Amino acid sequence: MPNHLLEIRDLHKSYGDVEVLKGVDCTMAQGDVISIIGSSGSGKTTMLRCINMLEEFQGGSISIDGEEIGYETVGGQRRRKKEKEIARQRALTGMAFQQFNLFPHMSAARNVMLGLMKVKKLSKDEARSIAEKWLDRVGLRSRADHFPGQLSGGQQQRVAIARAIAMNPRLMLFDEVTSALDPELVNEVLQVIKSLAQDGMSMLLVTHEMRFAYEVSNRVIFMNQGRIGEEGNPREMFHKPKSERLSEFLKTSSFGER
Amino acid sequence: MGYTLNFAAVWRSFDLLLEGLALSLALAFGAILIGAAIGLFTAFCLISKNGFARRPAGIYVTIIRNTPILVLVLFTYFALPQLGFRLGKIESFIFTLALYSGAYLAEVFRAGLLSIPVGLREAGLAIGLTEIQIRTSIIAPLMFRNVLPSLSSTIISLFKDTSLAAAIAVPELTFEARKINVETFRVIETWIVASCLYVITCSILAALMRALERRLSVPR
Repeated sequence: MPNHLLEIRDLHKSYGDVEVLKGVDCTMAQGDVISIIGSSGSGKTTMLRCINMLEEFQGGSISIDGEEIGYETVGGQRRRKKEKEIARQRALTGMAFQQFNLFPHMSAARNVMLGLMKVKKLSKDEARSIAEKWLDRVGLRSRADHFPGQLSGGQQQRVAIARAIAMNPRLMLFDEVTSALDPELVNEVLQVIKSLAQDGMSMLLVTHEMRFAYEVSNRVIFMNQGRIGEEGNPREMFHKPKSERLSEFLKTSSFGER
Repeated sequence: MGYTLNFAAVWRSFDLLLEGLALSLALAFGAILIGAAIGLFTAFCLISKNGFARRPAGIYVTIIRNTPILVLVLFTYFALPQLGFRLGKIESFIFTLALYSGAYLAEVFRAGLLSIPVGLREAGLAIGLTEIQIRTSIIAPLMFRNVLPSLSSTIISLFKDTSLAAAIAVPELTFEARKINVETFRVIETWIVASCLYVITCSILAALMRALERRLSVPR
């Protein structure tokens, strides 16, 4: 049996009576870059948020490097792991959000340093040095002491990516990271993600940038009504979609327009 | 009218007024410090999803905010000893003002907590911080910045409330002024000077709070 970096089995998630994920199965190997596409409400973001336990899920399992995330079964009863353990498991993944979510009272460097000092227990100097390295990597070394309010949206998103990656996660989750950006700022963020992908970082991206998904991913998952509607390599998916639903979706997406 | 202002007698007792003012500040400082801790804890309880935390916090805030502070001061000092809970005058007043300020500050802090975007908590969780670390490193500092303007007026208001300690003979500013008034019969002069001391102190407190606001403001 191959060792998967990420393994999702029969994932079910409901908000009250509304079932958002209806049995998702997915595996991912080290170094994979997978884009998740689909229309709004198809469950893309929810799936991503379940992986780092920002959302609880009612059924199925998620494992990273074979370690089950969030829940354990004791005496036949499924129960949520202790918060401290969940916090440790969350650090296995890094996440960049649509709205950046930088801590506004901290400089760019402090944003990156916080997790290194509080979670990794590094000294301030060590954390600063790692923060500078990653801010440099996203082209923002010179903005290390700027506050989020002094940065453009694209720069804020790059700091947010540096903050997540500095924690050295096994897997990076990107949740529509360009959706809140002005069109002219989108490219700078996509370039950073692309260069990280080229370095072999494992990534799961929820995106509406179809051209980007096509170029950067080695696999694409099309979510449809809480299930994986279709998956495969980008060339097949975008040029020869098997399902009518994906075909329709691509026609209305930015990929279809080009 | 024919009344001639003469401050000489009041000036001779000015030291007493300053001592009273110092005690007023100490009462306010002690009560606000304890009250801020109570208020912060209560605010987190008030926004908690857990009813066992939220309901008692709500009851505490409702009772305290709907009871005049003078009644609370008299109750703590005169009624509680009947129940075996005896405190000195100063301790009793600090205890009361701390409870009172805790309820008011809880509402101030609660509003501040609700103004913090939920995404910041999620960002903290995503990098592996625990709930406690998120509260101490992200939520509380941001909340504190958000509430500084209303915190400033609450602190000034609480400082002025220390004058009620005179009701249980705590020798703070109002009590000393009343004593000088009785001893010198210079009613107008005594209360003018006492009022000026309150106004000047409140103005200084307001200026200090504004300076703190500027210092902690997030650069944009």
